Amino acid sequence: MFALIDCNNFYASCERVFRPDLNGKPVVVLSNNDGCVIARSNEAKAIGIPMGAPAFEYEKFFRQHGVQVFSANFALYGDMSNRVMTILSDYSPEMEIYSIDECFLKLKGFDFFNLQAYGEDMRCKVTKWTGIPISVGIAPTKALAKVANRIAKKYPTETKGTYIIDSEDKRIKALKWLKVEDVWGIGRQHSKRLNAAGVKTAFDFTQLDDDFVKKQMSIVGLRLKLDLQGIPTLDLEEMQIKKNIATTRSFETNYTEYEQLAERISTFASSCAEKLRKQNSCCNSIMVFIHTNGHRKDLQQYSRNIIIKLPYPTNSSIELAKFATQALQKIFKQGYAYKKAGVIVQDFSQADSLQQTLFENRDKRHIPLMQAIDKLNLLFGQQKIRLASQDTKRVWKMKQQKLSPRYTTNLNDIITINL
Amino acid sequence: MPNGNKQITSLKLHNGNIIDIFSADTETVLALPYVDNGISAGFPSPALDFVDLSIDLNRHLIKNPSATFYGRVKGDSLKNAGISNGDLLIIDRSLEPTNGKIAVCYIDGEFTAKRIQISKKEILLIPENENYQPIRVTEENNFLIWGIVTHVIKDV
Repeated sequence: MFALIDCNNFYASCERVFRPDLNGKPVVVLSNNDGCVIARSNEAKAIGIPMGAPAFEYEKFFRQHGVQVFSANFALYGDMSNRVMTILSDYSPEMEIYSIDECFLKLKGFDFFNLQAYGEDMRCKVTKWTGIPISVGIAPTKALAKVANRIAKKYPTETKGTYIIDSEDKRIKALKWLKVEDVWGIGRQHSKRLNAAGVKTAFDFTQLDDDFVKKQMSIVGLRLKLDLQGIPTLDLEEMQIKKNIATTRSFETNYTEYEQLAERISTFASSCAEKLRKQNSCCNSIMVFIHTNGHRKDLQQYSRNIIIKLPYPTNSSIELAKFATQALQKIFKQGYAYKKAGVIVQDFSQADSLQQTLFENRDKRHIPLMQAIDKLNLLFGQQKIRLASQDTKRVWKMKQQKLSPRYTTNLNDIITINL
Repeated sequence: MPNGNKQITSLKLHNGNIIDIFSADTETVLALPYVDNGISAGFPSPALDFVDLSIDLNRHLIKNPSATFYGRVKGDSLKNAGISNGDLLIIDRSLEPTNGKIAVCYIDGEFTAKRIQISKKEILLIPENENYQPIRVTEENNFLIWGIVTHVIKDV
């Protein structure tokens, strides 16, 4: 059996742990730069705020309905997620953290357990210890555990937050209840096509011919179908180290000058280099892209990316900024208003097991230099030490007008207790 | 396997058994004292047999990290319990609120801490300062017990 545990309205719930006055009130959390709604409490869903609602369009609506709005506080959410996952990891030796608020547990050898009680115990403990409400779905396969979780979340009182699919009747009933577009892994395109072919529910989907599914949705779709039929085909996935690291940003205004872009690219490259050093990797190739604002049909459009192979693997900010700037020179064109740019580093090798090359141009002095920079930045705050090619006055600032305190990660931000 | 222990390879033995080789889990860090008195032919340090792990307050003050939070005190209603303005409280949410414990509660829009007295008909929040009266929690109050105070850290 597999269990899927999912935190209910995770970001909104994190905010509420430290603001219990918001229980029962509509709460939304906005994306980076306060762009659009990325999390909603049940009350916010009930008054019709859609996922992805642009914050500026809804400003008046929020005020009229007394919606509490927060900027995304990822320091807080990351810490709370860690706590939830640590508690849940005690329930099985095999766990896959699927996202910040979801994980699978493999319940192998739990045949004689009362799984309903086991799930309720998880829910009880996580809620009491962290304040985060969760839902538990248990079933013979991962895809069915997802379905069971959905039922638990939809009917919290009837299911006590835990639903188990452990019979053929329950499986069929659940799949007939679930719309095909809500099935895990079936995207909008596929569900549109399936709907057109008369497939309305998850059950209809499992009645399709194997070859048809494989042809339409490849082997991935077929595995999903088998999983929904109760035949375990998807197993827990091992944690992987990142295969590429990206730093990309939209600019607050359009950039037209090469120097402006070069400064940004240089900054993105050194940010990538810092992330590489954190996981003790070097990269062997680097991609740089720039593009204009696609929404502005009135402007000339241009978008280009370039991948360059590095002469030797590196994670030095200086070297990566240099290579990234060279790449930018190749693709930059005068006369366009650029809105977004990014640097993606890829093709990693372990920093401590690098091959020696005969004609090595790498400057070995960078290694201790980068260590010193990382240490200083850790002590004195992000980006205190920068490359001269970066703007020294500029501070990374996201629009976060409604940011809550970092209650759990900064001693100056902890809750105040009035005695 | 949970994160960390990755299977590297399987070895097949001549008798047909298979041994799976896993990499060690190196996710956690345990600081060990480094004892280096060199290698010498002389008399070894007699203190070597008595090397301890260093004292880690986290281990002593925080029994359950996943459920532990911190709070800063403002006010003096618990002064006789040794809790004063500006102190840092360690709060464990996993503990059961029982009579006599000091609990962090949320009441009518703010966090407070008091000694709790729970009976069938009511909950009393009892201060530790002559100048304050106990608070009787009724159904009208928006009230919840948030966690239990386990330790106080104060500057001296």
